[in-house]
Amino acid sequence: MRSPVISRRHVLAGAAAVPLLPRAARATVKRGGRLIVAADSEPANLNPAIIASNGVFFVASKVMEPLAEASYEGRDGLAPRLATGWQAAADGRSITFSLRQGVSWHDGQKFTSADVAFSALEVWKKLGNLGRAVFRELEAVETPDAHTAVFRFAVPTPVQLIRNALPALTSVVPKHLFEGTDIMRNPANRALVGTGPFRFAENRPGEYTRLVRNASYWEAGRPFLDEIVYRVLPDRAAAANALEAEEIQLAAFSAVPLADLDRIARVPGLKVFSTGYEGLTYQLVVEINHRRKELSDLRVRRALAHAIDRDFVVRTIFRGFASVSQGPVPRNDRVFHAPEMAGYGFSPARANALLDEAGYLRASDGVRFRLRLLPAPFFNETRQFGDYLRQALAVVGIDAVIVANDTPAHLKAVYTDHAFDITVASPVYRGDPAISTTILFQSGMPAGVPFANQYGYANAEVDALIKQAAGTIDDAERVRLYRAFQKQVTDDVALINVAEFSFISVARDNLVGVSNNPRWAVSHWADLGFAG
Amino acid sequence: MARPLRLVGRRLVGVVPVFMLVVVGAFLLLEAAPGDAVDAYLGGIGGGDAAQMAALRAEWGLDRGPLPRLAAYVAALLRLDLGWSTAFARPVLAVVLERLPNTLLLMGLASGLALALGSALGVVCGARPGSVRDRVLSLAAIAIYAMPGFWLGLVLIVAFSVELRWLPSGGMETVASGLRGWDRAVDVGRHMVLPVFALGLVYMALYLRLMRDGMAELWAQDFVRAARARGMGGARLVLRHVARNALLPVVTMLGLQSAAMLGGSVVIESVFAIPGLGRLAAEAVARRDTPLLLGVVLLSAVVVMTVNLVIDLAYALLDPRVGSGTGG
Repeated sequence: MRSPVISRRHVLAGAAAVPLLPRAARATVKRGGRLIVAADSEPANLNPAIIASNGVFFVASKVMEPLAEASYEGRDGLAPRLATGWQAAADGRSITFSLRQGVSWHDGQKFTSADVAFSALEVWKKLGNLGRAVFRELEAVETPDAHTAVFRFAVPTPVQLIRNALPALTSVVPKHLFEGTDIMRNPANRALVGTGPFRFAENRPGEYTRLVRNASYWEAGRPFLDEIVYRVLPDRAAAANALEAEEIQLAAFSAVPLADLDRIARVPGLKVFSTGYEGLTYQLVVEINHRRKELSDLRVRRALAHAIDRDFVVRTIFRGFASVSQGPVPRNDRVFHAPEMAGYGFSPARANALLDEAGYLRASDGVRFRLRLLPAPFFNETRQFGDYLRQALAVVGIDAVIVANDTPAHLKAVYTDHAFDITVASPVYRGDPAISTTILFQSGMPAGVPFANQYGYANAEVDALIKQAAGTIDDAERVRLYRAFQKQVTDDVALINVAEFSFISVARDNLVGVSNNPRWAVSHWADLGFAG
Repeated sequence: MARPLRLVGRRLVGVVPVFMLVVVGAFLLLEAAPGDAVDAYLGGIGGGDAAQMAALRAEWGLDRGPLPRLAAYVAALLRLDLGWSTAFARPVLAVVLERLPNTLLLMGLASGLALALGSALGVVCGARPGSVRDRVLSLAAIAIYAMPGFWLGLVLIVAFSVELRWLPSGGMETVASGLRGWDRAVDVGRHMVLPVFALGLVYMALYLRLMRDGMAELWAQDFVRAARARGMGGARLVLRHVARNALLPVVTMLGLQSAAMLGGSVVIESVFAIPGLGRLAAEAVARRDTPLLLGVVLLSAVVVMTVNLVIDLAYALLDPRVGSGTGG
């Protein structure tokens, strides 16, 4: 870490994540107060059961609740929300959820198992942008009583996968408002009605969205805050200025850019948190078009991997707020993580030797061949790494020509037209390899599907492993298969995992309960409040 | 009164082809950008599958070619239907009308500031061209003119919001303040000070230069010398004869600059988090929301044409020779 100030705050913020510390602090949290946070976007559809994206969850997770939330200390990394327990049948064909009692929707109706059954079958399975894949084989949801829901699957389904999907893909919607309507055009997708600690109050387009305290929340004494206001601040510098001017009290999702952190960390009254995002890990990845003749050669792909100094990338581009990637599953998932990339250390000499061996000798101008490099415009860091990659590849005689696009143009070029040689991408890891990782390697993806294998990479063994794991219900065997899968795609250098990064939150130091779970920014915030 | 009315009539007839050109031009420009609204949407929500994408394209009419879509848009436009915004999932008309007052307020105040301050300081300089006063003010104007608007905005925020804490750093008004009537007007006014200066100062510098240079030339004109020979002098000569005639190019420029100011407001509205038309246009492009972009462009065209019409009318009052001919 460059700055000792940040480093100390960093450690303190990390300590706050340990459950023992906030318990002492909890006694001093006062009831009430308005929290104003920075928001950079306003999704037109705020329904988290349909759109599982961070922009939606940031607001919606306070209003609508999933069956379970991610947790640092809970069993299987989960804390119960609308479900209090879950039990899988031995044959993997059904999972029984016990639901919380005494829960009401914000309009006063009772929450029952019928809401869960409706949400699962009509929304998650049919409309969820990610839920459609996970709940594809969900056949029926039985509701023997008002507080039990039995999910029946057409094929054996790993409970581990369903568990890992609970925080992001199981927000429950009120059946009485959605049944018999055009769900995608239902006004309750904007003016949310949920069971959560906050009620949706108003949206002023382009200005703010306001949530107010749900006085009849099921958890006694919660939430602490009276109001949460999401103020739309589209400019990169705006969040930092508004924090300093004390107009807002919290900027999550790195709304304060890494470049400004050194300065902002020294402002009295502000605290920097790098924890609370472990469940939202992004991966900095080089996507490779295997259709390109040079790149279809394994030696060339290995040379690319050896040309990248991952430590340098973490140190300079991410200013230390990232870690070196060792494989397709990030290290935050301790269950599935397999450190397979360890063999691809930084060595331009090795890269040069591999390229020579592959027969791509340097021409008189020192260039072996040219590549089109398309850095994704999603983050400052993806663009900056594109610049770095161009320089790193020049050292080994590859001339990478940067093609800069905005988001729609980038998606079309890479995932529809395949008009690229290499890219810089930032896939997000979503808690289970079957949700977010296998899609990057499985062959046979129709052109046009974004954030998926549009790379022309096809390995029958990998496809077989993915298929086998999808039907494996034993946890340990499933883990073994996904580790074998990771080893295979890493040996193939199907793509290059460079770094794992997440976000930074900056908050006023009198805000208590920040970053206390692995998906904190997109969780309920019932326990967030101002120090009293 | 007949003359101004004729002017208005001539303008309205000329408006229709201009609107068509604007619509077709903006449509083709956005069409030339790769990727469509579904690509933009999926980028925002983090992915989806092929069936979902096909269904969305069918729902938003993107499964048709560009020409049928343009024809359908123009046909709807003739019925005064601006269409549906895919990015906001609302009718375009509702989205743009919501933002129009904010942009008009920002532009109106910035133009007013630029015109008032610019011409006043221009008169101060132009009254004694070459004096120390003139040189200092002219130099300052050039320095301001050279500053990019977004930079000026950020500097103003750091100085007056972050350090001095006199004024809010952005937004139209205090969020969910519950203020009403006069209190709310004052609150909005406080929020407008910094963006109005950030947008208006550059134009103020421009008008100052125009006014000053116009006056400097006029001092050598025969009618000024004649007035002087008749014994006229002081403020009466400066204001009635010299400044009034120098005001003409300034007013012309005000009309021309209204379009440029609308462009400048894209940046200022982003820096100051003001929900206006400029920011909306940028969002429409980023999300490939063609109906929304066309709605913004059409509304902007209406604004610019209205401003220029008003300017022409004002011009006719300032200079009786204008507008009497058949060219106009």
